[in-house]
Amino acid sequence: MVKDIIVGAHYGLKDWLGQRITAAFMVIYTVIVLALLIGQEPLTYEVWYAFMADGFMRFFTFLFILSLMFHAWVGVRDIWMDYAKPTSVRLALHVITLLALLGYTGWAVSILWRL
Amino acid sequence: MTTRTIQFKIYRYDPDKDAKPYMQDISVEVDSADRKLLDAMVKLKAKDDSLSFRRSCREGVCGSDALNINGKNGLACLTDLKSLSGTVVLRPLPGLPIIRDLIVDMTQFFKQYHSIKPYLINNDPPPETERLQTPEERDELNGLYECILCACCSTACPSFWWNPDKYVGPAGLLQAYRFIADTRDQATSERLDNLEDPYRLFRCHSIMNCVDTCPKGLNPMRAIGKIKDAMVRRAV
Repeated sequence: MVKDIIVGAHYGLKDWLGQRITAAFMVIYTVIVLALLIGQEPLTYEVWYAFMADGFMRFFTFLFILSLMFHAWVGVRDIWMDYAKPTSVRLALHVITLLALLGYTGWAVSILWRL
Repeated sequence: MTTRTIQFKIYRYDPDKDAKPYMQDISVEVDSADRKLLDAMVKLKAKDDSLSFRRSCREGVCGSDALNINGKNGLACLTDLKSLSGTVVLRPLPGLPIIRDLIVDMTQFFKQYHSIKPYLINNDPPPETERLQTPEERDELNGLYECILCACCSTACPSFWWNPDKYVGPAGLLQAYRFIADTRDQATSERLDNLEDPYRLFRCHSIMNCVDTCPKGLNPMRAIGKIKDAMVRRAV
């Protein structure tokens, strides 16, 4: 059976731009967190707890988790689009990836607010 | 006149005779008048006339003799024999169907090229004189119009290997930007619509194989970046 090549989904710009913006945010977050933690010796449970219980820290860590998940979604989806040829396989892989990332997000949020 | 012998390992495949491709060991004597790889290949062809390859202008303008030379795509007519030492391995451009020996079927490559409408679209009645540009507007086309469509870049691009039917590829996208950047063209928005697609444009992951391999020293990745810039300017 001959299948037409169908392209023209008219999306991609937001994903591409979003991946770059989340990458920049994650770099800034990582640098700031590392800067704040350096010198906090010894890094005991109490130090970590106080650090992560702060409202600002929670807010930005939550944004970091969202950024990571969005960034990972675009990146992993791109890998499936590059290599997984049958549409059914690709769709299944996309769904599994989305569900996994959604689960990870919920798990990370529950850890963050359990503190 | 000084002479030297160059040892070649050449990809050979004649679908009428060979069950599968093989590498042929062959050597040729070149003298100081033979300056480019193509000169040596013409001598090879005289020695074994069953060897098939494309060539035409022999001066880096027509783009016919693009090959994989020692693992890197390039034009035989622009590759100095002096730059090659040891056994020279010649293969056809990777990722395209083989017609025979070093000749590949470029249908898919040109299909993608045609899909970006590689011509000026301007619905105004033609003026008495040429449609003029300022020197600055003309400068935007530098590094774009020089492309000779040899396919060295697209066939060095893994995204084009995996999705040649859906991804336009670096050569096609460089040409697409050549018309997006042209102030005389009136179809910029349609051109961006045509490319705003996860496969057609966004398979580029900026690995720069195209920049590394272009025998004309062009930068398709920068052109792709400028297409994305134009889309962001349009959307934000």
